[in-house]
Amino acid sequence: MPVTPSEPPSILIGPEYAFAEEDVRELVGAEVIVGPSLWRDAWRRLMKNKLAVLGMVIVIATVIASLFGPSLIKAATGYSYDSIPKDPMLTKSFAPFRAPGGKFFWTHPMGTDNAGRDILARVLSGGQISLMVALISTLVSLLIGVSYGATAGYIGGRLDDLMMRIVDVLYSLPYVIIVIVLLAMLPAKTPTGQLAELFLALGAVSWLTMARIVRGQVMSLKNQEFVLAARATGVSTPKIILRHLVPNALGPVIVYATLTVPTVMLSEAFLSFLGLGVRPPRVSWGSLAAEGAQNLSVYPWQLIFPGVTMALMLLSLNFVGDGLRDALDPQMRKS
Amino acid sequence: MLRFVIRRVIVIIPMLFIIVSLTWALIRLAPGNFYTGEKKLAPAIERNLREKYGLDKPWYVQYRKVLWNIARFDFGNSLKYEGQSVNQILRKALPVSATLGLCAYLFALAVGITSGTLAALRHNSWIDYASMALAMLGISVPNFVLGPLLVLVFALTLFWLPPALWEGFPSRSIVLPALTLSAIYIAYIARLTRSGMLEVMRSDYIRTARAKGLSEREVVMRHALRGGLLPVVSFSGPALAFLITGSVVVEKVFALPGLGNYFINACFNRDEPLIIGIVAFIAVAVLVFNLLVDISYGFIDPRIRY
Repeated sequence: MPVTPSEPPSILIGPEYAFAEEDVRELVGAEVIVGPSLWRDAWRRLMKNKLAVLGMVIVIATVIASLFGPSLIKAATGYSYDSIPKDPMLTKSFAPFRAPGGKFFWTHPMGTDNAGRDILARVLSGGQISLMVALISTLVSLLIGVSYGATAGYIGGRLDDLMMRIVDVLYSLPYVIIVIVLLAMLPAKTPTGQLAELFLALGAVSWLTMARIVRGQVMSLKNQEFVLAARATGVSTPKIILRHLVPNALGPVIVYATLTVPTVMLSEAFLSFLGLGVRPPRVSWGSLAAEGAQNLSVYPWQLIFPGVTMALMLLSLNFVGDGLRDALDPQMRKS
Repeated sequence: MLRFVIRRVIVIIPMLFIIVSLTWALIRLAPGNFYTGEKKLAPAIERNLREKYGLDKPWYVQYRKVLWNIARFDFGNSLKYEGQSVNQILRKALPVSATLGLCAYLFALAVGITSGTLAALRHNSWIDYASMALAMLGISVPNFVLGPLLVLVFALTLFWLPPALWEGFPSRSIVLPALTLSAIYIAYIARLTRSGMLEVMRSDYIRTARAKGLSEREVVMRHALRGGLLPVVSFSGPALAFLITGSVVVEKVFALPGLGNYFINACFNRDEPLIIGIVAFIAVAVLVFNLLVDISYGFIDPRIRY
């Protein structure tokens, strides 16, 4: 066998040891390469994915528009999501860019609803509420799922069996039915406008899969040396779970959390569509779609604009989630 | 295998008990009642109403009565729809929802599996990208947006299909609702089939089949599909739960007299027997269906043994 000339030996050290690069070079006398951080690697992979980047741009644009849009519109034109015009001639549904009389006019780019309220302002305000509900509910499901799954995974044994059996039982419940009953039973005027109940209800629907994922990750991590080292130095169990295991299990958790957001947004929208979610005077994309669906044959723009906005947002979120999963996946397979 | 099945069937009873109790507790803990409307009732009338419906008895007596009724499959009479028993309503509404759901899901299976398999076999071709793009759309467009849009295009503009009508299975009125309901399933099934088939086509037993000289078609249809469809089968269990809740929206949009519509109206009307009846029925249906799916696992993949 021909002997291939070897390249000068090189040592690959992880990024956390970057501070010791000089010392290693002295000691070993070989070329030292500081490896790329796993996160930066993943970020680069994500950026290469055109669809995911496009999705992120759209998501960020929508978030900014929802946060600042309503106040901007109110300052510029006085329209807001619940401002009914005083002039009775204007209290009807106009098509986009049409003044009374049917002529083209620079107003209402999305038209108005049956009470003369500007739909653009309503869509942006609805975006505020829909995004807020989606984010907070995902956070709730994250909190519950991660703590439950990490505990079950780390402690293992009978407790883990029991906890996972509970999860299995809960998994086969038709959750949304119970959520519908719960929300329908709430009185019309709750102090928090029903939002807090929505957060909890929607968060409670999606924590199960998160718990399973976290448990899987924790179980594969808990036999590694850094856990043994932590235990040997006397770190208490809750601290091990919180400070050591969870940060290392973050990869799949991030992916699943990013994919939970559109799911929760869709659930909130469909509940609002049925009249159970966000209630008047607050608007959400779902309730806007409900109003629009009623007047579809005569005023189709009332449904088209909220519907397309919502579909666009969900599409972008799904692209970002998929892109994240592809970006973090090789790393996940490594561990 | 038999022990597994029996164990799962026995578990259904306590689960049903939990679900029904939870629902009943939620309904009872809620403020308001089925007879409270806009005007306040005179106290004498209210007392009579409460006596007639047994609401003046202590709560544990009423709870026991509810459980006893469920055990006999007799859910009582609806509080809002005078004179109709819950069983009658269920019998009327169930065929509507079941037909719709079945049509939608079978259609979704046909289209989804076909496009997913094609996408997997022609990996990275335009078919692959096109189907996955459509699948993304299917997941992202909510059914309460898709439904009215389809109505706008096909019923109100082109006049090809009726906007809101129900005539049973082999009629034009089922097309739009079934299409709307199936959209998201087509998307999920196509994605699952594609990833499942991509994985299966790389495995050893497929290589053996090809080495034996089987045509590509035989390899795919007889061998690859079995393994590649496993994720679809396991998705079908929870899919039934979505189907029921998805049909709530579709039935509202198309004004179909199905279970979902009755359920929502019952919730708004605080019609307790009807709510409990429908919830119990749905719970049993979901549990039984999940069990059937898990059993079919064992038949599809010979590596799985119970």
